Amino acid sequence: MKEATAGTLESGDILIQIAPSKGLEIELQSSVEAQFGRQIREVIGETLTGLGIKDAYVRAVDKGALDCTIRARVTAAAVRATGKDVWKD
Amino acid sequence: MFVPGNNPGMMADAHIYGPDSIMLDLEDSVTMAEKDAARLLVYNALKSIDYGTTEMVVRINPLSTPYGRKDVEAVVKAGVDVIRMPKTETADEVRELEAEILKVEEEIGAVGRTQIMAAIESALGIVNAYEIATASKRMMGIALGAEDYSANLKTNRTPGGAELLLARETIVVAARAAGIACFDTVYSNLDDMETFRKEVELIKILGFDGKSIINPRQIEVVNSVFVPTEKEINKARAVIAGIKEAKAKGSGVISVNGKMVDRPVVIRAERTIALAIAAGVISGEEAL
Repeated sequence: MKEATAGTLESGDILIQIAPSKGLEIELQSSVEAQFGRQIREVIGETLTGLGIKDAYVRAVDKGALDCTIRARVTAAAVRATGKDVWKD
Repeated sequence: MFVPGNNPGMMADAHIYGPDSIMLDLEDSVTMAEKDAARLLVYNALKSIDYGTTEMVVRINPLSTPYGRKDVEAVVKAGVDVIRMPKTETADEVRELEAEILKVEEEIGAVGRTQIMAAIESALGIVNAYEIATASKRMMGIALGAEDYSANLKTNRTPGGAELLLARETIVVAARAAGIACFDTVYSNLDDMETFRKEVELIKILGFDGKSIINPRQIEVVNSVFVPTEKEINKARAVIAGIKEAKAKGSGVISVNGKMVDRPVVIRAERTIALAIAAGVISGEEAL
């Protein structure tokens, strides 16, 4: 795995930065952290687990992204970091 | 309504404005560096966002690019209604897309679910319009892409649209001969709603089923041109009622309000009622 980024800081999006690490560490910055912080972390964690990634440092800057957007951005960052696409070549 | 495929905020809100159809774009509005991320966004949005009864279309990248096949896999797996194929020039290209769609549908057990709309954006595409329109049972419509088309023609777009006349008429004729729908190109100048309205009025007269738009502000104009007025609906009702009465009496020719009603008039009346129902102006029960 190498360092990779996906997403933007536009409204409704989330910026995901992913880097090699031991274990899974998620650092989240969100204006809705009090209400949705736990859920956002869960979606990030579940998406990475689904991709078979157990070790990663994730920095997420959320701008009010829906769960489907979080899944898409985390997957894009993970694919860029690992070079393993989720679609057939 | 076109929505850029790499803009999650717009993708989440687009259906609120009530377009008939949302076209998430993976092609021209997405940079090459973001093709992978946009594909994942569109896939996840289609799987998760409740777009209600809005028809969901995705404009994919051409199969000749490194992105096209992955786009097909993603959007078919996500359950898209229609794939819009850009820059279509031949019937073989449609059949190639059809084969790709079928491959993915077979894998997920959903054969026949995905329809195709072909965008025609070149002189060669216009010359082959009927062959393209009839290339597959999945074809639901053909559309004009005027920016690329006028560039290919070595001209430019004008407010009157003289440069597009042959292309527009060819597309309508090909679609009608094939029994599918036809959609006009976008109008990009949001500051000139007057010219936009004139263009919508023109393409309605030419026979198009609808117009592609790039902004929710354009929806009202398209609807105001395409949705039948109360007067038109009442006239259509009178024609249909008159023809029913004539049939009951065994008479072939009737007149409504002093004008002879023949088969084309009835077809137009039926289309007016169908449009009014589709636009939600009247319900199916109120139609007659």
